[in-house]
Amino acid sequence: MSIKIKGIGVSKGISISKVYKLVEIDLNFEKIKDIDVALEKDKLNNSIDKSLKQLDKLRILSQDKLSVEELKIFEAHQLIIQDQDFLKQINEKIENEKIDAASSILAVSNSFIQIFETIDDDYFKERSADIKDVRKRLIANTLGLDIPDLTAIDQEVILVAEDLTPSETSQLNKQFVLGFATNIGGRTSHSAIMARSLEVPAIVGSKTIVESVENGDQIIIDGQTGDIIVNPNEVEIEIYTAKKIQFEANEKLLQKYKNKATISQDNYKTEICSNIGSFNDIDGVINNGSEGVGLYRSEFLYMESKELPTEEVQFEAYKKVLEAMKDKLVVVRTLDIGGDKELDYFDIPKEMNPFLGYRAIRLCLDQDQIFRVQLRALIRASKFGNLKIMFPMIATVEEFRDSKRIFEEEKAKLMNEGIEVAPNIELGIMVEIPSVAMMADIFAKEVDFFSIGTNDLIQYTMACDRMNEKVSYLYQPHNPAILRMVKQVIDASHKNNIWTGMCGEMASDPISIPILLGMGLDEFSMSSSEILSSRHQIASLNQKDIESQIDHILNLATAQDVKEYVETNILNK
Amino acid sequence: MNKKFIITDPVGLHARPATLLVNQAVKYVSESKILVENKEANLKSIMGVMSLALANGQIFEIEVKGVDAEEAIKGLEEVITRSDIGEVK
Repeated sequence: MSIKIKGIGVSKGISISKVYKLVEIDLNFEKIKDIDVALEKDKLNNSIDKSLKQLDKLRILSQDKLSVEELKIFEAHQLIIQDQDFLKQINEKIENEKIDAASSILAVSNSFIQIFETIDDDYFKERSADIKDVRKRLIANTLGLDIPDLTAIDQEVILVAEDLTPSETSQLNKQFVLGFATNIGGRTSHSAIMARSLEVPAIVGSKTIVESVENGDQIIIDGQTGDIIVNPNEVEIEIYTAKKIQFEANEKLLQKYKNKATISQDNYKTEICSNIGSFNDIDGVINNGSEGVGLYRSEFLYMESKELPTEEVQFEAYKKVLEAMKDKLVVVRTLDIGGDKELDYFDIPKEMNPFLGYRAIRLCLDQDQIFRVQLRALIRASKFGNLKIMFPMIATVEEFRDSKRIFEEEKAKLMNEGIEVAPNIELGIMVEIPSVAMMADIFAKEVDFFSIGTNDLIQYTMACDRMNEKVSYLYQPHNPAILRMVKQVIDASHKNNIWTGMCGEMASDPISIPILLGMGLDEFSMSSSEILSSRHQIASLNQKDIESQIDHILNLATAQDVKEYVETNILNK
Repeated sequence: MNKKFIITDPVGLHARPATLLVNQAVKYVSESKILVENKEANLKSIMGVMSLALANGQIFEIEVKGVDAEEAIKGLEEVITRSDIGEVK
């Protein structure tokens, strides 16, 4: 009988193979009585030496597999091992309490783990995972035990473990380890992040997988759904084999488009970038061969914080993203709160119509002390990459001028303070209010770029709240009214030698993509997971051919007409 | 030598500011400690400093003993105020 278990799918893909159970080092080792202090201190020092060397080796071994950020884990572990307090406490235990080295390491590590785990902060919880990893290594080396060497696996397996430590995950050899399933963990745990960057199917948080399998059992894992089947029957194997083949064929097809330019069938070049909320999304940006960050929603920095983030905190956050993206563009949208986005610590009075009320740039211009802090952080970070700044919810030309004036004031102040600033920081605006689309030709003479935010532009144009089920049918990206506006914005930008991007959901919609391509949209920004399929679609389209049909499309009467026209005359041609 | 400060960094004393402090402390031969209420930690140990989990608004005291204590206090104060970790209390 097969057993079905559900966990959290954290890295997509399907694997069918045999179980390899990771055996944990037994921390219930026996204490040594009547210790020889000098001998135990020797054991400790030898263990420290050996551990530091192992970590050096692991880092070198993982260099090609992991990102610079991930490689820092090994350094962090070395820092813990060499930490003054940590070592002092262990040595004191050996000397004063006459406890053997391994037990002393265990006790001191546990006291730090306990302290860090009680701190209600994800950051410290992660640090406690690092100490656990170090604890295991030091104890194993003290006792002369082998640390399970995952690099020694030489046949295809699926790894099953209580949890995988960062150093274990980094040792996984993709050739043989076809995936893993663990009892604990969540979407953002170390092992999940590593699995995604190694691109092996993985399921965490299954609670019972370790207890449900024996070494050598056959097992199926579906890293998308989180489904695990232990000892599957023939039908199940057949179903999942078919799913696996289909998934891989699709991935393989799409992989061709990774790190490639976005080029249509007739060699028209456009760009696909990513929408991100924080640095945590950068892995996806890089793994999907994105051409830049088209929208960095800075409000997440504010929403995840307990009070307004300081200039320093913001500076570090922007710098990290800019450095990771190197010379690729990073468009940061300044604070966009109000509407449906609230901050716990910042009181925005209740309004009758929050979407038509006090939000985004309106709030920033009114309380410019908040705005200035953000602009200063951005300007200071500008020298670390290719930064562009855009202002959300601009309705009038004056709003843009005011925003620009404040930007210039802060920039001048920083330059006076002797701070290095990138020479040309482009300033753009979100086009999400119909008044801006109507005035695009005037705006285009003052701004450096447009980014069309279709989610709001459609709601404001159609006067419909898409969350309201009774009227959500009016949320129509394909309505000619919307398409005409988009066309008008793109044309105005090109006439004035500036560019237009789009960062709303419409940019990754398979019906809209051909139309936008035909209109000459310069940049499509979307969730990273949509990039490869969108690039694949664009490669199959003929830009010139669609361009010649745009007039016809804009003269259709309804959204339904547009959809049918695109399906019949462009997609199925 | 002792000096009191108050944390003003909204996220408290996280790894980044803790590292700055520790890196400054190890530049001096003097021994330095950080004291909070009834707890204390070696200012030359990141693990020690971080395990205090100092939050915004908390008052702490730095105690330095040794030949270059005066310089050390000065250097540490500079790091604390310049990096927006805290202010002199």
